[in-house]
Amino acid sequence: MITFEDVVKIYPGGGTAVDHLSMELPTGKMTVLVGPSGCGKTTSLRMINRMVEPTSGRVLIDGQDVSGQDEALLRRGIGYVIQHAGLFPHRTVLDNVATVPMLLGRTRRQARAASLELLERVGLPAEFAKRYPAQLSGGQQQRVGVARALAADPPVMLMDEPFSAVDPVVRSQLHAEFLRLQQDLGKTIAMVTHDIDEAIKLGDYVAILRQGGVLAQFGTPQELLDHPADDFVASFVGRDRGLRSLSFDAAASVPVSPPGDDLVTDEAGRPVAWRTPSGERPIGGTFTKDDSLRVITDLAIMSPVGIAVRVGADGVCDGIVRHHDLVDYLIARRS
Amino acid sequence: MIQYLQNNSDTVLAALRQHLYLALVPVLLGFVIALPVGYLGVRFPWLYHPLVNTCGVLYSIPSLALFVFLPVVLGTKILSPLNIVVALTIYTVALLARTVADGLRSVDKLVNEAATAMGYRRLRRLVDVELPVALPVILAGLRVATVANISLVSVGALIGIGGLGQLFTRGFQLFYVEPIVVGIVLSVLLAGVADLVIVLVQRAVTPWARA
Repeated sequence: MITFEDVVKIYPGGGTAVDHLSMELPTGKMTVLVGPSGCGKTTSLRMINRMVEPTSGRVLIDGQDVSGQDEALLRRGIGYVIQHAGLFPHRTVLDNVATVPMLLGRTRRQARAASLELLERVGLPAEFAKRYPAQLSGGQQQRVGVARALAADPPVMLMDEPFSAVDPVVRSQLHAEFLRLQQDLGKTIAMVTHDIDEAIKLGDYVAILRQGGVLAQFGTPQELLDHPADDFVASFVGRDRGLRSLSFDAAASVPVSPPGDDLVTDEAGRPVAWRTPSGERPIGGTFTKDDSLRVITDLAIMSPVGIAVRVGADGVCDGIVRHHDLVDYLIARRS
Repeated sequence: MIQYLQNNSDTVLAALRQHLYLALVPVLLGFVIALPVGYLGVRFPWLYHPLVNTCGVLYSIPSLALFVFLPVVLGTKILSPLNIVVALTIYTVALLARTVADGLRSVDKLVNEAATAMGYRRLRRLVDVELPVALPVILAGLRVATVANISLVSVGALIGIGGLGQLFTRGFQLFYVEPIVVGIVLSVLLAGVADLVIVLVQRAVTPWARA
C-alpha cells in the first residue's frame, strides 16, 4: 500500500504543485493518477521514489516513510516505466532489462537469464535480446521498458505516461497485454496519464486531480462515472458517462429469454442470421456471460431486429436479450 | 629520396619517435584532465559558459608564443621537451573539456532520469551510462585533438624540439628538399594512421551508435 499523508509540494518560485494530498493506493491494485497538465500528477508519482521531495507531509510504502530510506536502494525496489521508455541506447535490449538485477549485485549470467524470460513475458521474441533500442519500434521499446521495470520483481511499480508515445492501435494492444500481465503479477502500481479513457480502462482505482494539485475524487472507474463528486469531475470524465459506465456491469446479470423464430441457427445451434421481412441479414455479433452490459446494448442497437444473442463457450446460442427487456433492466438498475 | 632515407634512417626514425611522443603524451594527459573538467561544466550548469569561453581563449594562444612563454612560467630550460608537452596538453584540454561537456549534455534527459529512477548513484551513473552514451561525441573530439597535436608538434622545431619538424628546419637551412618532403609525408601519414586507429577503436566500443 502506498499512502500519501497530507502531502504538499511547493516549488521555489511559488507554484503549488501538490496541495494537501491524502490518499491510499491499495496493495496489488493499479491506481491511475489523472488530470489536466499542471495538476501535480507526475510530481505526486515522483514523490513515491523520492525523485521529488515533498515540502511537507509524508509518503509511505507499506507503512514505512520513504524519506527515511536510502534513495538508490529505495529506487532499486520500485519499478519505473516512462514515456518513450528511456532505454539506455548503448546497451542491448537484454542488458537494458538486466539493469536493476545488476545494480542489486546479481551476476551478469543470472541477470541475463532472468531478463530473457521477462522479454518473452512481455511479448518480445528472444532474437530481440541482442538488438539495440534504436533498432526497435516505439511499441517494442515500450515493452522493453516494462520488462526492465519488472526485472527485479519489485512489489511496487511507477508508470509515467507509459503508453502515450505509441499510436492508438499499438496502444490498445499494449493495454490488453499489460492488463493480462498485471492480472498474473498483482503489483501495486501507480500510473500517471492525462487520458481519462486510458485511466478508466486500466485503473482498478482512479485519482482525478485538478489544477493546483488538489485531489478532486478518488474511486473506482464506475464510481467516477456514476457519481462524479462535482462538475469538474463530471466534465473531465466526459460525455457518454452513462454509456461508458455500462462497461463495468457484467452481462451475466441480464436475464435472457429463449430465442424465437427470427433467429436462424445451424444444426449445432450456432446463430447464423436474422430472419427479417426483407430477407436474411447477417448476425453481426454475439456476447457471452463475461462481456459487459455495454456490449449487449451495442448489439441490441445494431441488430436489425433489436435483439442481442448470447452464446456459450461452444458458440451455441443459449438465450437472447430483446431491446425492450434491456430497457426494463436498465431502468430497474437505476433505482 | 630513397637515398636520403637510407643515409639518414637513424635521424628520421628518432624524429618520428619524438614526434609521436610529443603528440600523443599530451593527448593522453589532456584527455585525463579534460574528463573531470568537462564533467564539472555539466554538473554545475553555471560553469558551462565560463568553461567554453576559457577553452576558446586558451586555444587561440599562438603555439609558438606558448612554447617560448612556458619556460618562464615553468622554470624549464627552453630546449626541454616538457615545454611542448605542457603546451600541447593545454590545447588538448581546451579542445576536449568542451567536447566532454557537450557530449555529456547531449545525453537524453530521459535516459539520465531513467537511470536515476532505476537506482543508480551519481558516480556509477556517470561511468555506466553518461560517459558511454557521450562516447561518440567525445571520441570525435579526440580525433580532432590528436590530428591537431600531430601537426602542432612541428612548430616546436622553431625552438629546437619538434620531431619531424626538425626535418623541415634542416631542409630549409641546407636548401635541401628531401628532408622537407620526407617530413611532410611522414607527418601526414602519422596523422592519418592515428585518426584511423581512433575510428577503429570507436567502432569497436560503440557498436550501438551504428544501430
